[in-house]
Amino acid sequence: MQLDIAFIIEKVLLISVILLGSLGIAMYATWAERKVAAVMQDRRGPNRAGFMGLLQPLADGLKLFFKEEIIPDRSTRFLFILGPALAMLTAVMTSAVVPWGPDIATDNGVISLQVADINIGILFIFGVVSLGVYGVMLGGWASNNKFSLLSSIRAASQAISYELAMGLSLVAMLMMTGSLSLREIVEQQHGFWDNGYFTWNFFKQPLGFMIFLVCAFAELNRAPFDLPECESELNMGYHQEYSSMKLGFYLFAEYINLFISSAVIATLFFGGYNFPFMDEVAAGVNPILFAIICVMALLTKVICIILFFMFIRWTLPRFRYDQLMRLGWKSLIPLALVNMVVTGAVILWVIK
Amino acid sequence: MKLTNRAAQINRDPMTFGEKIYLPAIAKGLSITVGHIFKKKATVNYPEEKRPFSPVFRGLHVLNRDEEGRERCTACGLCALACPAEAITMEAAERKAGEENKYREEKYAAKYEINMLRCIFCGLCEEACPKDAVYLSETVMPTNYTRDSFIYKKEDLLIPHPHKHESK
Amino acid sequence: MGIYEISFWVLTIMALSCALGVILSRNPVNSVLFLIATFFAISGHYILLNAQFLAIVNIIVYAGAIMVLFLFVIMLMNLNADTEPQKNRLVQIAGAISGGTLLLVILAALRTSTIESLDQQATDIGLIKNLGKTLFTQFVLPFEISSVLFLSAMIGAVVIGKKEKEHTA
Repeated sequence: MQLDIAFIIEKVLLISVILLGSLGIAMYATWAERKVAAVMQDRRGPNRAGFMGLLQPLADGLKLFFKEEIIPDRSTRFLFILGPALAMLTAVMTSAVVPWGPDIATDNGVISLQVADINIGILFIFGVVSLGVYGVMLGGWASNNKFSLLSSIRAASQAISYELAMGLSLVAMLMMTGSLSLREIVEQQHGFWDNGYFTWNFFKQPLGFMIFLVCAFAELNRAPFDLPECESELNMGYHQEYSSMKLGFYLFAEYINLFISSAVIATLFFGGYNFPFMDEVAAGVNPILFAIICVMALLTKVICIILFFMFIRWTLPRFRYDQLMRLGWKSLIPLALVNMVVTGAVILWVIK
Repeated sequence: MKLTNRAAQINRDPMTFGEKIYLPAIAKGLSITVGHIFKKKATVNYPEEKRPFSPVFRGLHVLNRDEEGRERCTACGLCALACPAEAITMEAAERKAGEENKYREEKYAAKYEINMLRCIFCGLCEEACPKDAVYLSETVMPTNYTRDSFIYKKEDLLIPHPHKHESK
Repeated sequence: MGIYEISFWVLTIMALSCALGVILSRNPVNSVLFLIATFFAISGHYILLNAQFLAIVNIIVYAGAIMVLFLFVIMLMNLNADTEPQKNRLVQIAGAISGGTLLLVILAALRTSTIESLDQQATDIGLIKNLGKTLFTQFVLPFEISSVLFLSAMIGAVVIGKKEKEHTA
């Protein structure tokens, strides 16, 4: 097997850019979260570190790095360290299959703005997301604290329950696209308007989108489904015994997850890097500039979705645990099944 | 029997379909919170901008001087008498010859202390003073670490000499 | 030896050592974690066989869901090496005999079978399109029967859950 050095360099570059980019966006998501919370509550939010508090994430990170690292005496040391590492790892792994932009055709061949175009991209995302539970579970168990354990078990059961509805909600969409590759799904949503209807999957599968969105909230452990870190019942949740950067990694992984899942939602339902009148733009500018515009379009969508996540978080109260389970099992899963059956019927009888 | 008449009646009817699917409620909540984004913020950026005091604000005490820079206080003790918190103590002394430019009356306060931990900033001392010597300024009392530092001596309370800078 | 062989051997060693770790580690939580690592190694083998769908489904279903439930139970039961009950000598002997018999059977079966060469591009059957087509045409009957099996398991779970509720009510 020949190793293509140029290929490896290209991929390594792309991976580093995506990694750094998602870290940076996650950093500023913490800033945005605090700012959004503040303006929604008629406050000002961080405004001391730098202009409009823009250096606040750096200050927070620095603070976390310099705090004392405490590993509880009775904890399982190896797993205690493995927990946040896994959380971080699974958070960044999903970005590998998201197509960040169209292929750039250059003289030396085609540069792809996707780390890996595997033909089962969505399943890869599901696999990684389902592994994300381990970071929480191991951390909670290894802390040797009853509250941590309870909260990690809550997190795990919540994640498993909502994964089901999430998968089922996507099945209907996948029946329409006929492909599991994210690249192909994005290509099918080319432009904005085609054959007298919208091309974006959001307009084809509104119910599926709603279910997916609710499940994404639950998978991200975000309000109104942030039961694993429910202060009123579980002190602080699964990362109660964590301090310093290990705590930071848990919190940070959550924001990376937020960014990546927003990217996935944008890719699946809002056309990824496609935007209206893209063909006209593509004809006018050179390919590299066009690719940059496409990436910007995707990032704009992602930021809008992140903001939506934040708006919801600071609007709704937390669900009770039994309400959460009832919603997942008794409402969303049947709804997703109905959506699936109806979509199948429509594909068979109307479109064909 | 009700204690107050303010108890609100809770509607315990079974939820309608619209309430059950929860989405209209979310939209309503979002419209409220998003509306707050555009509201005026109540916060004052404190060190940069300060909230104006009310005209009747009573802050830290000052001991006044007259136009020539002489202390007005004559240590009559009326302020200590008026003080409901018994925060003021003083010791009187007689003015010597040659001190006319320091003290206005023949008797002056050799020692004048206000315990700021006891003071309730009621302003009765200000009203009681026959010589217009003690005033409550518009300064908020600063915090400190030791109890001793809250007992303000005469030197802490006296306003600066009006002509000191010119004479020096 | 190309990348293909190297990764095959690495994955094999990983799978075998992790499988040994499952049965040798004293702490049940460590056992479960070793089992998860074994699943990952096996998924790696699937990828080498160009069966990406099987690989990822193996991770989603086994590592992502079933093992989480295992961990769940084990964590809540708070099993430690100290609380491990003393095994009965008879049970140990019976276990050794049955395990040894199974090993013999597998060895006998493998001895006569021919192992096809693991060519990287030998088959595309593991790709989702081909797999789906095969399952729903050639093997449609066994596939549906296995789904009935799952359905019966699900109904059983529901029945057990219901009974409990009546009992307490």
